[in-house]
Amino acid sequence: MVFLEQLVTSFIASAAFVVLFNAPKEALLKCGLSGMLGWIVYFGLTYSGSGPIAGTLAASFLIAVISQVFAKRYKMPIIIFSVAGIIPLVPGGLAYDTMRNIVESDYNTAVALAVRASMLSGAIAVGLVFSEVINHVFRKPSINPGKMQQ
Amino acid sequence: METREMIYDVMDACLLAGKIMLQSGAETYRVEDTMTRIASSLGVELTHSYVTPTGIVFSVEGTRPAMTRLIRISNRTTDLKKVMQVNDVSRRISGGSIGLEEACSQLREIERSSETYGIWTQIMAAALASGCFTIMFLGGWPDFLPSLIAGGAGYYFVAFFHRLIPVKFFAEFVGAVVVCVVSLGFISFGLGNELDKIIIGAVMPLVPGLLITNAVRDLMAGHLVSGLSKGAEAFLTAFAIGSGVAVVLSLL
Repeated sequence: MVFLEQLVTSFIASAAFVVLFNAPKEALLKCGLSGMLGWIVYFGLTYSGSGPIAGTLAASFLIAVISQVFAKRYKMPIIIFSVAGIIPLVPGGLAYDTMRNIVESDYNTAVALAVRASMLSGAIAVGLVFSEVINHVFRKPSINPGKMQQ
Repeated sequence: METREMIYDVMDACLLAGKIMLQSGAETYRVEDTMTRIASSLGVELTHSYVTPTGIVFSVEGTRPAMTRLIRISNRTTDLKKVMQVNDVSRRISGGSIGLEEACSQLREIERSSETYGIWTQIMAAALASGCFTIMFLGGWPDFLPSLIAGGAGYYFVAFFHRLIPVKFFAEFVGAVVVCVVSLGFISFGLGNELDKIIIGAVMPLVPGLLITNAVRDLMAGHLVSGLSKGAEAFLTAFAIGSGVAVVLSLL
């Protein structure tokens, strides 16, 4: 029941959020799907006792893979789907909490929260980059004009 | 061979594409990659681009002296549609189906166009997302409606004040104050249980979560200047929101 609730809300939240980023209409449902799958992996892992960092890493890796598949299939830039996917994962709430504690002069809590927020954003970034690296390794090397072989 | 005029035209196209992409929130490496790719498809090899969130430097080597141009970026939003359109143009240039002149005119059209969702659609989307985030952060269903309305109101005020006074910090501060006041109002009327869950859900459309992640990504990719300045921008936004909420809470 909890999972069903999370599936539905994360789908709606991701699809609604990309409207604010002016995503093209035909991409909204796919964005929602990407956000939902990432969130359910994160939620399932944290629910079963793994830490939030491991959960975030696994989820953002999955999101990057899904985004690559979508990007290739629908001929759109990968950023549309990866942004939608990581929206539920980004530590926005933590960033806000950190700042609230700083403004209220509770610096110890604030530093702890800030470190957690940066660790989580690091995990998201590593997940995305890792999947890109794998994609590069396994894809046939394409003919790349100039630049790289300088 | 390549004449200087032609190189200038190619540079125009590259800079315009880069400018639109950067203003629409594309990643730094993608902006550089697109500019280099367009240039080399149009026959100008050996280019260097240096992209930061506040400006682009683009230089072409070849006929001496090397030509360098600078473009200033002052406002940045996230507009995925424009990123997609520029990407399409770049792909068509690489595929050889359009030439320089047509590419330029298409890019100019993209720059001029402002196909956004209506403001009410955006507010409704922000409200819906806020409500859903409250549930995702394990708030109870009684908190759904307060968060929905507070989130919508907060987003409306940010959009409104941003048009009135073009200082991002101020608009976000006011937005956070509105979110906090509305949430407190609901709690005092007995609607909703957990103030924290409501506020966190409702400020989610405002917080710079995406900027933080992009900053870390840029740092990892070696774009140190971009990473640090995006991080600073994210810090400022988070600070505005945090202080907006804290001001209201401390006045109680």
